[in-house]
Amino acid sequence: MAVIAELPDNVAVTKLDELVSWCRKNSLWPMPFATACCGIELMSTGASRHDIARFGAEVFRFSPRQCDLMIVAGRVVMKMMPVLQRIWQQMPEPKWCMAMGACASSGGVFDTYSVVQGIDRFVPVDMYVPGCPPRPEQLIQAIIDLQAKIQREGTLWGREFDAPSRQQPKRALQES
Amino acid sequence: MTANDPNTRQNPHDLPPTGESAAKGPAAAGKKIAWVREPELGMAGRSYLMLFLQGLRTTLRHLLSRKTTVQSPEQRHVVPDPLIYRGVHRLNRDAQGRVKCVACFLCATACPAHCIDIVPAESPWPDRQKYPQSFTIDELRCIFCGMCEEACPVQAIELTSLYDLSGKSREEMVFDKAKLLSVFDQTKDAEPMTKGTGTFFGLPVSNEGTPGPAEK
Repeated sequence: MAVIAELPDNVAVTKLDELVSWCRKNSLWPMPFATACCGIELMSTGASRHDIARFGAEVFRFSPRQCDLMIVAGRVVMKMMPVLQRIWQQMPEPKWCMAMGACASSGGVFDTYSVVQGIDRFVPVDMYVPGCPPRPEQLIQAIIDLQAKIQREGTLWGREFDAPSRQQPKRALQES
Repeated sequence: MTANDPNTRQNPHDLPPTGESAAKGPAAAGKKIAWVREPELGMAGRSYLMLFLQGLRTTLRHLLSRKTTVQSPEQRHVVPDPLIYRGVHRLNRDAQGRVKCVACFLCATACPAHCIDIVPAESPWPDRQKYPQSFTIDELRCIFCGMCEEACPVQAIELTSLYDLSGKSREEMVFDKAKLLSVFDQTKDAEPMTKGTGTFFGLPVSNEGTPGPAEK
């Protein structure tokens, strides 16, 4: 505390952990895994009206090596699942995944043998966005929530190797 | 190896105008081919200066025109008619504050995504036979088509104009009866219940009460 009191006003002190998290959350590079109509809404989110660049996430990259946020927009069939898993594994850590729309989140109306009933059966999902398709505002809200989650997370350990105690407790109801 | 083999087929423009493959091709079936030569580019065209300026003019026009970006979390999207918007569900309460639902399963039957799960129980109130002991909607599976709202004979389930819903887990996106009733408490002032008049299995239905005559 004594050190902070001696510093001038134009010097900001932070933990390296928080600084790196702050950098990461404001430069999310999405990997658009858009397989269906939600992808159109994803494009709309990137376009000028709902400008996803306001949150630093406008750099849609189609090569997974350069991405750290996979937005799965649309239904994923069983035959597509190896592709999705491979893309997910090609993305470097740290990485986050967002299930956009009813089909990617839970299968939606496609309760059949061939459609994956939610991609969280195969890859870890950080944010679920309901809707068919979701509004761009909904996706932006999910990105804001994900940014808050990234800021809370540490940077020294990969998220996928977290102990169960560090994971979010399960809640029956969403706090509004 | 025939001429129609996709591995060996040549570009038809590279073929000579007469010959076996040209005569068999659909474009050259008895018609003369008119070859169009592109006009020669002058100095201005070859330097791309005019095209460059045209592109800059487009950029400048968008720079000076009215901004279309919606500052989304701060600037809320104005729903044109909240009463017909299909957002998050709510379970309506009647005048006594009880849930209006009579557990008739019409919404669960109409739901194309099968996201509604109702456990009925015998009603503790005299004006109906059943009431939902538990009423859960999987918001992640729902496609917000509004068919539950259309099917409901007592106007118990309605879709509100809340649109920016997102969650961190699948469990928190399964809305139970208490959550759906709390959505009603949040939105009942902005979006009043639809005035429902009609019949339910031949019994009159009003907005204030529940189906059927209240006392006999």
